[in-house]
Amino acid sequence: MLRYLYGSQLDAYPKLSDTMFRDRAAQFRDRLKWDVAVDAQGYERDEYDACDPLYVIWQQPDGSHGGSMRFLPTTGPTMVNDHFSDLMDGDRVQSPHIWESTRFCLSCDSNSRVAAALVLGGIEIGRGFGITQCVGVFDARMVRIYRMIGASPDVLGSTGEGRAKISVGLWTFDPIDRMRVLLRAGVSSTVSEHWYARAFGSRPLKLQARAA
Amino acid sequence: MQGNLRRHLATLEQATELSALQTCTEALRDHYGVAHLGYHWVSADGEQYGCGTYSIEWITRYVQNDYVRIDPVIIGCFQRFHPVDWKELDWSSKPAIAFRKEAIEAGVGNQGYSIPIRGPSGQFALFSLSHNATDEDWADFTETHRRDLILCAHSFNQKALEIEDKRRPEPVKPLSGREVDVLTYLAMGYSRGQVAQTLNLSEHTLRAYIESARFKLSASNTMHAIARAVSEGHIIMGGAARAAQGKWPGREAIEAAE
Repeated sequence: MLRYLYGSQLDAYPKLSDTMFRDRAAQFRDRLKWDVAVDAQGYERDEYDACDPLYVIWQQPDGSHGGSMRFLPTTGPTMVNDHFSDLMDGDRVQSPHIWESTRFCLSCDSNSRVAAALVLGGIEIGRGFGITQCVGVFDARMVRIYRMIGASPDVLGSTGEGRAKISVGLWTFDPIDRMRVLLRAGVSSTVSEHWYARAFGSRPLKLQARAA
Repeated sequence: MQGNLRRHLATLEQATELSALQTCTEALRDHYGVAHLGYHWVSADGEQYGCGTYSIEWITRYVQNDYVRIDPVIIGCFQRFHPVDWKELDWSSKPAIAFRKEAIEAGVGNQGYSIPIRGPSGQFALFSLSHNATDEDWADFTETHRRDLILCAHSFNQKALEIEDKRRPEPVKPLSGREVDVLTYLAMGYSRGQVAQTLNLSEHTLRAYIESARFKLSASNTMHAIARAVSEGHIIMGGAARAAQGKWPGREAIEAAE
């Protein structure tokens, strides 16, 4: 199931949190060879994990981590603005309606349905929080995954070549995407809204369809 | 966004003293037709500042009893980034139950909606509306106005930070090259589609640049952003724009005519 947890809530889910930070070390340090810091516990954590971000996490039936991503509003500190601004010719993306999404991570045994479920989680917080777009950093290997789950971003800027290519992407929420991503995730709309309501107390939107 | 709201945000933008923020809360309360509306700031060192439409009796009681320590809205929204319907908060403790009863008696309303804002160096602020309504009507209201309310919340916070910090006036945030390009073409009357095509951007990307520029300029909409960008000298119109490098639709025709 999808969990929506702020950093300060992770303590209540020790197994989920433990496996998430280890899976991040496995993905970003071991598989992608990114220059990330891994602590003595084997956790990959950075300065933005200390900002009490919102994590969207796929929790496996045994309570462990299946995949996750991390969200922060762009009105505060963000990785894109602090470290990747040069990829956008010095631009900073800042708006109360645009959030940053980073550390898109899948555990070794995850599949494309989990990836789609994470994107679904992003769409649900978009609907619920009044967010219209997300920015984030991604590398060349993610291009195929995003295409597979129907969530290819617009590219704001890139650096490097081939497999080492790193880009800043922009995702725009569209109600039509939600239906497509629900199908890819194999999750019904009702169940997705139920997961959201478990975390935030109410459904992301009161009505399924609303006149503009 | 409705014209009236634009006007209120423009008034807020002109404010130079915290007392003007108070007037703005009253105007916005009337605009939205809710019982109360308020902005409440708590800094890292515990300093508080607030303005809003609550009765003076209620505010006095709130401060004297140090309700900031038990108010589920403060406790629940602290460490959150997303807009919160007060129903979603934990009102189950004994002090919270008593507090809620008192608040309703003081006319706060049985429904509420708060937008938390985390500012620089541990600043925390809340922008809240409260009202007497059914769950159904309140959900309709917050859903309809969510985006505008988020914008209001951030406009209040930026203004409060600016006034609070006026000994060190916040420099006007510089626009990036892309943002200047986008606003310049929009100011020249290009449609979004034409601008996107000219600058070789997708319309989604264009939208992000507009949103970002709008935020930096504290503008309530795109037209307002353009007007501010022109008046503050971020973009130059007229002959200078025509002399700018790059290709824009109709350029050859205009140059040929000249």
